[in-house]
Amino acid sequence: MSEIPLTHILFVSTALFFIGMYGLFTRRNMITMLMSIELILNSVNINFVAFNKYLYSDQLNGVFFTIFIIAIAAAEAAVGIAIIINLYRGHHSIDVEDAGEMKY
Amino acid sequence: MNLSLLILIPLLTAIAILFCKGLKQVRVVALLGAVIQLFAAFFLLYAYSNERAAGNTSQMLFQDAYIWFKALKIDYHVGVDGISIAMILLTSFVVLAGILVSWRQERMSKEFFFLLILLSLGAYGFFISLDLFMLFFFLEIAVIPKFLLIGIWGSGKKEYSAMKLALMLMGGSALVFVGLLGLYFNSTFGGTTTFDLLQIAQMHIPVEVQKIFFPFIFIGFGIFGALFPFHTWVPDGHSSAPTAASMFLAGISMKLGGYGCLRVATYLMPEAAHYYSPVIIVLATIAIIYGAFATMMQKDLKYINAYSSVSHCGFVLLGIGMLTQTSINGAVMQMVSHGLMTALFFAAIGMIYDRTHTRMTVQLGGLLKIMPFISTVFVLAGLCSLGLPGLSGFVAEATVFMGSWQNADTLYRVATILSCASIVVTAVYILRAVGQAIMGPVNNTQYLSLPDAAWNEKIAATILVIGIVVIGIAPFLLSDLITPSTQTIIEHTFNNISFK
Amino acid sequence: MNYASYITWIPMLPMASFVLVGLFGRKYFKNLAGVIGTIVLLAITVLSFITVYQYFFVDGKVNDVYQSIIPEQYSWLQFSPNLSIDIGIVLDPISVMMLLIVSFVSLMVHVFSLSYMKGEERFSTYYAFLSLFTFSMLGLVVSTNIFQIYIFWELVGISSYLLIGFYYDRPSAVAASKKAFIVTRFADLGFLIGILILAFNAGTLDFHTLIERLTNTQSSQFISITTSSFLGISMLTWALILVFVGGAGKSAMFPLQVWLPDAMEGPTPVSALIHAATMVVAGVYLVARLFPLYSLDAIVLNIVSYVGAISALLAAIIACTQTDIKRVLAYSTISQIGYMMFALGVSRYGGEQGLGYMASMFHLFTHAFFKSLLFLCAGAIIHLVHSNEMKDMGGLKKLMPVTHVVFLIACLAIAGIPPFSGFFSKEEILTAAYNSNKFIYAMGVFTSMLTAFYMFRLYFRIFHNKDSHVEADHSEGSLSMKIPLVILAICTLASGFVPFGSFVTSDGISLTTHVDIVFSILPVTLSVAAILFAAKLYYMQNELPGRIASSLGTFYHAAYKKFYIDEVYLFITKKIIFNLVGKPAAWIDRHIVDGFMNLLASITAKISEMIKGLQTGKVQNYALYFFGGIVGLAVLFIYLWK
Repeated sequence: MSEIPLTHILFVSTALFFIGMYGLFTRRNMITMLMSIELILNSVNINFVAFNKYLYSDQLNGVFFTIFIIAIAAAEAAVGIAIIINLYRGHHSIDVEDAGEMKY
Repeated sequence: MNLSLLILIPLLTAIAILFCKGLKQVRVVALLGAVIQLFAAFFLLYAYSNERAAGNTSQMLFQDAYIWFKALKIDYHVGVDGISIAMILLTSFVVLAGILVSWRQERMSKEFFFLLILLSLGAYGFFISLDLFMLFFFLEIAVIPKFLLIGIWGSGKKEYSAMKLALMLMGGSALVFVGLLGLYFNSTFGGTTTFDLLQIAQMHIPVEVQKIFFPFIFIGFGIFGALFPFHTWVPDGHSSAPTAASMFLAGISMKLGGYGCLRVATYLMPEAAHYYSPVIIVLATIAIIYGAFATMMQKDLKYINAYSSVSHCGFVLLGIGMLTQTSINGAVMQMVSHGLMTALFFAAIGMIYDRTHTRMTVQLGGLLKIMPFISTVFVLAGLCSLGLPGLSGFVAEATVFMGSWQNADTLYRVATILSCASIVVTAVYILRAVGQAIMGPVNNTQYLSLPDAAWNEKIAATILVIGIVVIGIAPFLLSDLITPSTQTIIEHTFNNISFK
Repeated sequence: MNYASYITWIPMLPMASFVLVGLFGRKYFKNLAGVIGTIVLLAITVLSFITVYQYFFVDGKVNDVYQSIIPEQYSWLQFSPNLSIDIGIVLDPISVMMLLIVSFVSLMVHVFSLSYMKGEERFSTYYAFLSLFTFSMLGLVVSTNIFQIYIFWELVGISSYLLIGFYYDRPSAVAASKKAFIVTRFADLGFLIGILILAFNAGTLDFHTLIERLTNTQSSQFISITTSSFLGISMLTWALILVFVGGAGKSAMFPLQVWLPDAMEGPTPVSALIHAATMVVAGVYLVARLFPLYSLDAIVLNIVSYVGAISALLAAIIACTQTDIKRVLAYSTISQIGYMMFALGVSRYGGEQGLGYMASMFHLFTHAFFKSLLFLCAGAIIHLVHSNEMKDMGGLKKLMPVTHVVFLIACLAIAGIPPFSGFFSKEEILTAAYNSNKFIYAMGVFTSMLTAFYMFRLYFRIFHNKDSHVEADHSEGSLSMKIPLVILAICTLASGFVPFGSFVTSDGISLTTHVDIVFSILPVTLSVAAILFAAKLYYMQNELPGRIASSLGTFYHAAYKKFYIDEVYLFITKKIIFNLVGKPAAWIDRHIVDGFMNLLASITAKISEMIKGLQTGKVQNYALYFFGGIVGLAVLFIYLWK
């Protein structure tokens, strides 16, 4: 059984990254934007794990970082959703365009 | 005496104010703080005179130094000489009077008094700093409250004035900061660069460097001290500010400028001071004469006093620019005198405005009949402003003139004569204002029922009047206090001159 | 008795009374204020008499020369190690004489005011101001230091301002007080610069040292002040001229006399004290004080004498046309001070040459009595008639017998009729002028004739002319008004017989005075003729004065309008200074200087307005910029940055 080459994995993570990026740029719904950010973060996670496995298999730094990122992402999601809920209370919408008070 | 007390007392007062409820508690705490501060200032004076009498000849007394930021050699370094003590006394007088005048400040009283005390904290810190960074730090502390005081509690075009004042003063402090950094990077004391004022004074900053950075510092502080043509914040700022803020502004913060010009610019960069002296003289003379003529045309009492402040502060800069012992003495005296006098003036104007709701001289008239106390105070402030002997203004101006005349150059002579001529113009505008607002028949019969000063206003005015009269009758008290210190500055200046 | 034991009380008592009455009088002892002031004045008058006695008769003289004695002196403000303002008291012939005049006349005015000002709302304030004035004037005359004299100079100015503006609800009084202060302030500018020059070149402000250094032609100070020059005139001359400008302003000399007639808006006793007897002679006193310096410089002395003579003549001409009795007296004051001034101008220092100096001081002495008497009489008359205008008077002889007699005495004195006091002093002045400058002498004699004319015009129109139609609501005046009049009248009669030359001379050595009968014939005859002419015109109401006035036409009109000097001043101040200097200054400040600051602000605002569109507020845009930036940097680093 031959190993899956690194490039395949990188391809998946890059695809995931750009899907996330695309979502972040195009969606106006804040929940979707948050999900897109999760996608971006997870693509990075995949990279970390993959590089750790293929390049420095004797060390665990990449895995550690992944765990950190997962933790931070959870926190970020919590804060983000709290903000979104607050905005929803104020605007009755979670469209990012509707919150324009701080503009200019 | 531990000088840090001078910072601690207002700091504690400010914190205590935050925990108070309602105007009644706030004002009592503020008053208490101001009174304690006044006592502290007098105790400092007493301790200082004792030290001097005991033969302590070091330049700065009660020094105290702690490391604040070691890597950049920023220290907490305080100390006082006669000039600082004069300024500290002035500040404590004005603060006390200002707090008494705002006794009935109903709206957002906690914030108001907090900001007043914060401003005074900045001023005290500024006057005792011996470290340039710390000096700058306190300068900034003294600027910010003014913006809020005018913006929130002001009258008229208050947002515009507050913005203008804050921007111009910030511009001034930016210039100062550039200059301070210039000094810092060109100072190498014992191998490292330093912000310490006394250490920088010990060494010789290269003349070329001085010529570059002197204008930054002098103009920067000059903006605070109403240097022509950067004085335009003065009329707008003062006229929009609430009474106590006007008093603080004119009585204290304009003095930060003069003090900075003297202590930082002139003292640390003597050659450049000589080099630029003609420019300073010309600008100061313009400010004196032109401020006086501009005052003559004003119709609003606050504008009259604000423009006359431009003219009077011109004497401070003139005295500094003339660079003789006597003229610098005069400049310091003028700072003290102008601080007290203009605070008194603004207090009187504020009291009049509180009652009549107008500051236009033509709408007033015959106030002497309606409110004799306030009118007398107003006239006294006016007489001090026009240089009546027996009041402080005369002493200060006479000293400046006497010192200026010792420069025999034609330019300096012409400047002195023109500045002397301003005493006539001053008499014209003061007597016009007095004639229209205080004397004459009562224009508006509705005013007849207005009350005279309340007890707090009487005390506030009396405190300032006492200051003015004491300096006016016994000027030797002030002059003996500051002379050794100005002498140090002037000797330092002349010792360093290489091209005299 | 030692001077130091009491001399300080002389200025300090009125000061104490000012503080006491000024601070508390209004509230606590309004009606006692006058009594307090009067008692204080009585005390210092007594002290002044003691001083006079002790100085002139006991210990003033050493080797037949009057010394100047300084019993008290304190350093008040140290400018630099050798330049300081010292406040002290100097006793020399002129200061002792002035002490006497000031305290005595002030006492008379205090007593007179007790009933004159009775019932005034600001009665206590009035007495406080009078005390302030007395203090300042006493401080002025005993000055040891030129800056001390300047200090008190300003203080008498402000007391004069306060008292002229005493009736502060009258716009005319406010305007007059303002004018008086500003005109004299303008003159003081000259004085101040003169002081600066003297202080700089002589290195001292002390009178004694100043005179000592500058009269010694060998001293370095003398050399420096005479060799340095400006516009071809030496600094000494400049300094003396500038100091004289100050004196001329205070003494209302031409062309700075405009304030004095207007100053008559003040209460009449004040005019008697300040604007007749004491403050207005301060200019003469100043020149006399610095006389050793003035006598060094013939140019300045000429200026002094011509300014004096012109003022004397001009004021006398104007006085002939005025109808307000106080204004007539005001112009006569200017005229008499002009006499004192030119007497100083024609004098030289020391010996017989110093006759003019002595005469000037003598005239100052006698003038103080008869002029304050005239003003107090005017006060009594105005008190009765309630008007200042001559046309409301006439025939008051019966209503006011005492006033009539003392007024006549004073008129004879000022007209220079022997044996009244004015005769003696004026005679000395004319002698001094005759010996020195015939032209000035001619002006003096002519003025003396005019003086007799206008004073008797005043006298006849007040007391005779027509039958009285005044409905007097009270009699001539209470005792406290009459007593000062009588005392002053006695002084007017007696003061001429004081052997003045043996007390006050330029160098302290006594000078025998002599009245030369032959010399006196001309001025006395002219004066008598003028009195008779005035009697013809004004003893009975007739057509003659009107006809003469109209035959003089424009000249009369110009004199009536005070030669349009006021209008010239008004034009210069209102039109030129206000419109061409003040307004542009205020305009430039608002629109150009401040405009520039606002321009900077608005440029900043414009730029930020332009670039603020970049901040859309859309998170996605920012993310896109961010991402674009990263891509750009990646491209840069990977492909371009080799």
